[in-house]
Amino acid sequence: MAQPPLDEVTALLAGDGAVTRKALLDALSLPAFILFFTMMGFGSLARGAGFDAEMAALASLLIWGLPGQLAMVELTRTGQGLIAIVFACSLANARFMPMVVSFIPTLARRQASLARMLLDAQLLSINSWAMCMREFPRVEAAYRHRYYVTFASSILSAAVAGTLLGYHSAVLLPPVMVLGLIFVSPLFFALVLSAVPGRAERISMLLGCATIPLAHLFWPAIDLLITGVIGGSLGFVLGKWWDAKNAD
Amino acid sequence: MPTDSSLWLIVLACGAATFVWRALGVLVTRRIDASGAFFRWITCVSYAMVAGLIFRMLVMPESELANVSLPIRMTAVATAFAAYFLFSRRLVAGVLAGGVSLSALAAWLG
Repeated sequence: MAQPPLDEVTALLAGDGAVTRKALLDALSLPAFILFFTMMGFGSLARGAGFDAEMAALASLLIWGLPGQLAMVELTRTGQGLIAIVFACSLANARFMPMVVSFIPTLARRQASLARMLLDAQLLSINSWAMCMREFPRVEAAYRHRYYVTFASSILSAAVAGTLLGYHSAVLLPPVMVLGLIFVSPLFFALVLSAVPGRAERISMLLGCATIPLAHLFWPAIDLLITGVIGGSLGFVLGKWWDAKNAD
Repeated sequence: MPTDSSLWLIVLACGAATFVWRALGVLVTRRIDASGAFFRWITCVSYAMVAGLIFRMLVMPESELANVSLPIRMTAVATAFAAYFLFSRRLVAGVLAGGVSLSALAAWLG
């Protein structure tokens, strides 16, 4: 996953074999393992809340968004009602709406059927979103969907496998190692997104970091939505202003 | 402890509730122009949200990571980025350097 700067890229990646290979390599070189370990943690939490192994695996497969899965497990463990649990899980995963809107068009498949688009949307997670935003500028448009589906289904498989292993294994890693593994997941996203092109996108990310502490303090349940709307809108306007200023 | 069938219901309902957001996203995406201002705006919203989520996980964690002091976490982040750029932007190098330095610092100073 060495990363030549974009302006040094001469030819875009194309070809079924080459694209599949890159997607598998990108998934297996890191994100699949990170997710595997993260979901082991989820599996063991789900067990503590009284879920079966099959239920935990199905949760990873269907919900496919850790904040929502953790909300589900935590509220079930503390004995909340169905409506409260579903509402909390849904709110924790509401970020998928803007993520899907910003992602599906980059696949360059305008003619795809509704059912296929829904399937693509169901496969989306923050890992694939970030990785594709980073890698798509280097991949020929016609092959982006192949890259995405290969990458996303690889890490989804690793996540479900990790959930099952975490559920069944009594293996306890040393606490400092667990800390390192928890830390690695957000760190990976930070590194991936540091290579994302686009002025407005970069400004939006900085403003998102600046907004979240206050949003989290005042409205913890909807902190991410507030952060997105404030940071993203400002980033959008500043990006436009910057482009206009540098156009003349 | 809830019954088995109610736990199955919880899992399925949570899956459906998350899918609603994804489906809404698809319905919106089919109605907008991917080169237009709305698409540009919602892309910025996604970036701000994802960056906020990452920032929250690293700087204000609610996991066991909260037991590691902020200076240690920030040192590990800095080490990760240094290794990442030093090794020609290899994600593996950055992640390894960050994870190992966090574990080592937490064990040493923690």
